[in-house]
Amino acid sequence: MTSFNVHVTIENKPGISDPEGETILNDLVLKGTHKTISKIKTAKMLKFTIKEKDKKTAKSKIQEICDDLRIYNPMVSKVTVDVFDS
Amino acid sequence: MKVAVIVFPGSNCDRDMYHVLTDVFNLDAQYYWHEKELPKNIDAVILPGGFSYGDRLRAGVIAANSPIIKDVQKIAEKGIPVLGVCNGFQILVESGLLPGVLLKNESLNFMCEWTNLIVENNETPFTNQFKLNAKIPIPIANGEGRYYADDNTLKKLKKKNQIVFRYSEIVNGSSNRIAGVCNEDGNVVGMMPHPERAVESEINPVDNKPSSLIFESLLTKMGVGN
Repeated sequence: MTSFNVHVTIENKPGISDPEGETILNDLVLKGTHKTISKIKTAKMLKFTIKEKDKKTAKSKIQEICDDLRIYNPMVSKVTVDVFDS
Repeated sequence: MKVAVIVFPGSNCDRDMYHVLTDVFNLDAQYYWHEKELPKNIDAVILPGGFSYGDRLRAGVIAANSPIIKDVQKIAEKGIPVLGVCNGFQILVESGLLPGVLLKNESLNFMCEWTNLIVENNETPFTNQFKLNAKIPIPIANGEGRYYADDNTLKKLKKKNQIVFRYSEIVNGSSNRIAGVCNEDGNVVGMMPHPERAVESEINPVDNKPSSLIFESLLTKMGVGN
């Protein structure tokens, strides 16, 4: 068994408003000199540490946990699961 | 008639609700800790407001996995009235007992203010004493109270008369100004505003009678009303 770090990013689906991201963009970043930025989206990240036989198994196990325990709400959010060697 | 008030770690409106049920409406209410089982002879269940598990991960989602929720689901399937207020509404949504989701308010602020509700469905166990379109002055107190459902769900809610309360004006960016919904059978109702903070004239600066009708509707449903 190998230990892996798994990053789960939870963010709003397209079309679901993200007022925090919009505020950071409009009232902070664009008020400075960073005019090339066109979008900021906020997200929540959970960092798991898991022991599994390989990366693929680690990823599917974490995805299963996210779905079963409603770590994200599928009506409004999506998750991205990224696995790294620990 | 026995009413269960469910207590989760972080519930903070359980005692207000208990006070209103027992002292104002003379009901036989009892607290049930979220790890306990609900007895079979319960006549109504109320999930009170608060911040179960400190709203960690997402308001209501951790409490929705509490052992007692399985009993609430069984009770709901039997047609017994279930009411979720504020965090209780969030828990009902996260446990799949009610459709939709509650997102952060559009302002991103915790909102604590008086609002007006419009009764859109007067056939539930908590609204049967209202006239349609009746107005209820009632307070909200939440950070994640913006009701959202996708277009298909909203159409279904409208078609099946599942929208129970709307705000009279835009308050927090909720889809179609929805403040409360019910399940298809109408016995499970969730609402973000707090009726337990509005039924006594001493603490309601506008009119305490409309909110009282929410509890009087329950009494009527149980055959012990006026």
